[in-house]
Amino acid sequence: MSLTLLTYLVVGSTFAVYIGIAIATRASSTKDFYVADGGVHPIANGMATAADWMSAASFISMAGLIALSYNGYGGSVFLMGWTGGYVLLALLIAPYLRKYGKYTVPDFIGERYYSDTARVVAVICLVLCSVTYVIGQMKGVGVAFSRFLETDYETGLGIGMFIVFFYAVLGGMKGITYTQIAQYCVLITAYTIPAIFISLQLTGNPLPQLGLGSTLTGTDVYLLDKLDLILLDLGFQEYTTTLRGSTLNMVAFTASLMIGTAGLPHVIIRFFTVPSVAAARRSAGWALVFIAVLYTTAPALAAMARLNIVDTMQQSDGQALFIEDKPGWFENWEQTGLLKVEDLNGDGRIEYTSDPKTNELTKLDNDILVLANPEIANLPNWVIALVAAGGLAAALSTAAGLLLAISSAISHDLLKSTYMPSISDKAELRASRIAMAVAVLGAGYLGLNPPGFAAGTVALAFGLAASSLFPALLMGIFARRVNREGAVAGMLAGISVTLLYVFQHKGIMFIPDTGFLGTMSPNWFFGIEPNAFGVVGALVNFTVAFTVSWLTSPPPSSVDELLDFLHEPCDVAP
Amino acid sequence: MFRLLVIWFVVSFGFGILLVEPLNEIRLGGYKLGFWFAQQGSIFVFIALIFYFAAAMTRFEREYQEETER
Repeated sequence: MSLTLLTYLVVGSTFAVYIGIAIATRASSTKDFYVADGGVHPIANGMATAADWMSAASFISMAGLIALSYNGYGGSVFLMGWTGGYVLLALLIAPYLRKYGKYTVPDFIGERYYSDTARVVAVICLVLCSVTYVIGQMKGVGVAFSRFLETDYETGLGIGMFIVFFYAVLGGMKGITYTQIAQYCVLITAYTIPAIFISLQLTGNPLPQLGLGSTLTGTDVYLLDKLDLILLDLGFQEYTTTLRGSTLNMVAFTASLMIGTAGLPHVIIRFFTVPSVAAARRSAGWALVFIAVLYTTAPALAAMARLNIVDTMQQSDGQALFIEDKPGWFENWEQTGLLKVEDLNGDGRIEYTSDPKTNELTKLDNDILVLANPEIANLPNWVIALVAAGGLAAALSTAAGLLLAISSAISHDLLKSTYMPSISDKAELRASRIAMAVAVLGAGYLGLNPPGFAAGTVALAFGLAASSLFPALLMGIFARRVNREGAVAGMLAGISVTLLYVFQHKGIMFIPDTGFLGTMSPNWFFGIEPNAFGVVGALVNFTVAFTVSWLTSPPPSSVDELLDFLHEPCDVAP
Repeated sequence: MFRLLVIWFVVSFGFGILLVEPLNEIRLGGYKLGFWFAQQGSIFVFIALIFYFAAAMTRFEREYQEETER
């Protein structure tokens, strides 16, 4: 059976499952739609959260980012940042918001800061960071479709929009929760199978996490030592020690991703679906377990695939590979434009070095590491088809979760709670479906225009969540003295500083050349790269909020009562 | 809870970034220890922290409930 046909078959059958689940579990009430009736088992919710959380970026790009762009150790910022946030979420945020017991994040902010203005500002921040994040997913869907199903990017994006729209709109939170569980199973199988095969081939150890620390088969040389040596040989820096920028930059980057994770609304609302506060805490633990399966495999996959690529490029006599000897996967991926070879000095060999003047492997895209992995390791066609299905599952599950967060913020917080309090349950449900449709179309449009926008969006979304929602929630739960004026000023200051910093270095809406301070790193504030700036935005938010709060009148006594209620130990079922 | 956050900070920012160089002198099989904390160890510790916290809170709430009922 041809690869394309097989891919259609595998992807088609997974989609049939998702849509079947969405129809079987479709939402009939607003409570169903927003929080799946509040009756999801903590382990099931953990699995759904993991799928919700792990996006196209985690699945397709992360291993490549670690191995290539961030040269090994530098990539640790993603691993620690995107998992460490769950500790903050489980200890500081999720249990309290679950105890509060409403449907959305702006709900809480509106009540805690006793103000519709705060609620509306929270909705704006939420929509900003969720929409930027959805765009990244739409791009992932478009790319995955175009590569594996041989459509063009625009068609891929269109198909993706249609499918997300269909089941997110129909099923609401209830449908999404159960499809996400199925999607988790698909994506984790697709991710781990190639990794296990490669680990076996290289080290004889089936567990990639252990394989990474083992010796190469038939030798007593450790895999990581070999990789360090070869890379130094080729003029690259050592894999296991090279910093990303400076130590300060790495700390800032990790911290931004952590607090961004703990402030992303589509993750937080998942914890409203479990039956109790205790279940919310446990559920965060389970979510991290399911996420860690992928996140501890990724660095192993990164190092092993990098070693495989470098090995392919070198003949046994230490000379570079002849162009005519290049393996079949090379040609397949050259066609997609993710891989490019130019014989600069005309010696018929491909030299792979760190020096752009002599490097003849002129393009090696991050995404190739995961996508081409099964071919590099000579795995059967069904594994390749599975990777395609996995990438799509990752992108679709995240997109659906984000759309739900957006639509509930608009229909519930903006309409029901602020502008049209008399709206009926049924009309509210209809409004949230319309909001979702508009969000899908908007995200699809921004996935195409401006062209450079989609690529930068995921990092931006974290920066925005870190600098606006996380501080507002944390202060809302723990700082009694912070009042309405402080919270609103803090959120606005945090999000503007972050947006400004990113745009001034990367271009307004990522259109090149519209950046007014240049992308050059000498202009960076203390050497912190734009993607790592969320933590600075958060500090600005805290400072502004505390200062303004102290200068204005303290919050009313209802806030004290709310906080007493949140911090009171809750009943445990006997 | 404060102690748990200290551990959270130490394994990630501490062992994984700030103290990575001295820790890299120590080997854990083929891993340099600092590198291991940054790419594997910190994640395992995070999981343990959350489950410990969930169990401790449940125990605390049960005791609190028994006390108030008495």
